[in-house]
Amino acid sequence: MKNLRFFIFAIVSSNIILLGCNDERASAVRDNVLVYCSEASPQSFNPQLVTSGTTFDASSRQIYNRLVEFKPGSSHITSSLATRWDISASGKEYIFYLRRNVQFQSTDKFQPTRPFNADDVLFSFQRQWKTNHPFHRVSSLGFRYFESMGLGELIKDIVKLDDYRVKFILNNPDAPFLATLAMDFTSILSAEYAHQLILKDDLASIDTQPVGTGPFQLTRYQADAFIRYKAHPEYWKGKEQLEGLVFAITPDASLRFARLIAGECDLMAKPLPIHIKSAADYPELITLSEPGSNVSYLAMNTNKPPFDNPKVRLALNYAINKKALLKIVYNDTALIAKNPIPPNMWSYNENTLDIEFSLTKAKALLDSVGLENGFKMDLWAMPVQRTYNPNAIKMAELIQQDLNKLNIETEIISYEFGTFLEKIKDGEHQTALLGWIGDNGDPDNFFTSLLSCAAVNSGNNASFWCDKEFDQLITEAGRKSNIKTRTQLYIQAQQKFSQAMPWVPIAHARQYILAHKRIKNFKLTPTDGMFFSGVTLEPVNTQVIQSSDENR
Amino acid sequence: MLILILRQLLNFAVSFFVLTVFTFSLAHLFPQGLSFMIDQKTNNDIFSTEQIELVTQTSHVLDSYFQYISQIMTGHFGQSEVRGGSVFEEFFVYFPATLELSFGAILFALGLGLPLGIFAAKNKNRWPDKLIVSTTLVGYSIPIFWWAMLLVLFFSLLLGITPVASRIGFEFDISPVTGFMLIDTLISNQPYAKEAFFSALHHLILPAIVLGTIPLAVITRSTRSSMISVLSEDYIRSAKARGITSTQVIWMHALRNALIPIITTLGLQISVLITGSLLTESIFSWPGAGKWLLEAVYRRDFPVIHGGILAIASFVILTHLLLDILSMMVDPKQRRH
Repeated sequence: MKNLRFFIFAIVSSNIILLGCNDERASAVRDNVLVYCSEASPQSFNPQLVTSGTTFDASSRQIYNRLVEFKPGSSHITSSLATRWDISASGKEYIFYLRRNVQFQSTDKFQPTRPFNADDVLFSFQRQWKTNHPFHRVSSLGFRYFESMGLGELIKDIVKLDDYRVKFILNNPDAPFLATLAMDFTSILSAEYAHQLILKDDLASIDTQPVGTGPFQLTRYQADAFIRYKAHPEYWKGKEQLEGLVFAITPDASLRFARLIAGECDLMAKPLPIHIKSAADYPELITLSEPGSNVSYLAMNTNKPPFDNPKVRLALNYAINKKALLKIVYNDTALIAKNPIPPNMWSYNENTLDIEFSLTKAKALLDSVGLENGFKMDLWAMPVQRTYNPNAIKMAELIQQDLNKLNIETEIISYEFGTFLEKIKDGEHQTALLGWIGDNGDPDNFFTSLLSCAAVNSGNNASFWCDKEFDQLITEAGRKSNIKTRTQLYIQAQQKFSQAMPWVPIAHARQYILAHKRIKNFKLTPTDGMFFSGVTLEPVNTQVIQSSDENR
Repeated sequence: MLILILRQLLNFAVSFFVLTVFTFSLAHLFPQGLSFMIDQKTNNDIFSTEQIELVTQTSHVLDSYFQYISQIMTGHFGQSEVRGGSVFEEFFVYFPATLELSFGAILFALGLGLPLGIFAAKNKNRWPDKLIVSTTLVGYSIPIFWWAMLLVLFFSLLLGITPVASRIGFEFDISPVTGFMLIDTLISNQPYAKEAFFSALHHLILPAIVLGTIPLAVITRSTRSSMISVLSEDYIRSAKARGITSTQVIWMHALRNALIPIITTLGLQISVLITGSLLTESIFSWPGAGKWLLEAVYRRDFPVIHGGILAIASFVILTHLLLDILSMMVDPKQRRH
């Protein structure tokens, strides 16, 4: 019997480790720390450099403020670092009156000696605008948003009137300009910090160790693992109730859901349709949902044959079964797209051609250009899940099957998201599944960012489609302030788009967030941003979570 | 003894040489060639053209190889294309997490595998032995990711007694000093240091079990077979004849001799652990070197792939060296030749 002792010892000793940890106390620390399971690592901590929502969530939306901001949960403009502003009658001059006593965050590297003033505004814009600015070439990422919105050509001058007044002079009136200043890439960085970094010859830190005026400040970051923030003690709106904020970077959607159920996360980004369904079984979870302001599309590179031919592009529009895509990829939670902008946005054109799935029409079009034997193409699909496209790879596979019926051989190509976007920007693709989430509630944000000639140069226009007439229309629409005139112009622009079809527009998705009931005051925004300012937590109640397990 | 250690070191040098030749040729296949090895300071414009020529266009391949060796010897593995940070420094941020996990796995495998193997050997060909042997076969052939899912489903989601993923509860903010979470939590001066330590230990359990399953199966089997052969030796019989208790015979006499093949097996498991950690770390969101390397592959971040392969392979070679020396110390027979 002696040898049994070994056996028992082995089993018991391994169990002691298990049980010893089981009586872990629900520490009070957890009550002030919000954990958000996010879907990807940010590309940078500087919102000027990128266009991806994950980066904005991690940077501009927690660390920084803008001159003006959107009211939480809407696209109405409200004051922020500028308390008020005057717009000249010509619509070309904007004077901003800056808020006083706004403190920047102090970090290990930087202790601010002065509050926010006009120099910081000048620095934040000139860095993106002036190619000879010392910080202009610090990052190889470039200023894609600034460039694709054509701000370099729009802004004539930015003048510091005094420490608390800044004047923007534009070359021509620009209706969405105020909304532009509320967007993530116009976040205000500290000029004093930048100056100190020059002295230390450590310029790159401005993007990796951010200093802003926002509600939370970055304390620790490990790529692909977590981002930690603490409340900015001297935040000008008052210190946040949350002591800490953690982004638990969890690319796998099912793991995010598991962590949410286990209570490791309070909030999960981008649930899959199946998670939304099963969330109903957990009484401690709530589902937040809103119609999104987004579009998902297949961009066809018009620089590369055969997609330089509009007939081939139209053929692809006929050949792809969007209804099937919506059913399988979106679980029927999305709307079919035919225009670049979503139907809940003003100036949506109802009358553009509805392209029904029709293989015969597609075949006829391909025959007419001598491609009856098909061709080979690549199809780029991102590996990550986005609001506008929960599963691009699966979508690509479905498209591949559709196109196979026309003898078009499709090779699906995928890279990590950041790399993927970089390569798309360089135009390495023939076709790519992409999408866009509007950031300011203005149609201009879709048209100019994605389809203008300026966006061809910055690489955001992934179809590299530059149509002079279309460009004229959207530029014109951007300059007018009368909403009726603008609507007319955008409707014409959509008509032009529909004739040329540089994309296969696919869907407008609904956005979802799953959260624990203990989260209070969290609002979804139409722009799909995660803002944690003002959010509070109820104390963890382990009892509630356990009893719900039994109910299941 | 000293000569033997020197000989082992020579072996190590040869393996390292082969490794660097391999990574050197690999680096030549990268789109940007060897130029990623250049230390780029903050400004892209100002790194000198001479430097580029030195590394990329040196006349002879040997020159450029020696240049390469001197770079890696001084810890210049190049910079991550995605994050811009030094690959060498990044490696030491992520690697301790892998080491910690591997230690946990080895501890689990040895702690359970040795007693089980001995127990099986003592009951040779009886039902406990058969049960253990067939269970280890299952453990050895089980797909690691499926096994991990199963454990997470059962222990974390159904019973709720273990965490789902990551190294520590996110409420604890522990500054990395050594990179080993269990040590960092203990030396942390945060008020919740003790809770943080238990949280880290708690988070280690499932990943360590998953990663340790295959080594556990292997160790149990090799302990069993090596124990069986030792137990049939004459000196064991004579020890028993002298009236020494069976516990003493096993632990004092048999185990020491049975341990030698086990150490060899253990050495072979190091590479299993490293490859296993690629999967385990991804499943558990464990921020270790395996996941780091995997993400780099997804990103086509060539400097990181290159540096990661070099660093991990060097580590495996180094552990083999240490284990060889260890087994020489345990086994006097090996010292003789």
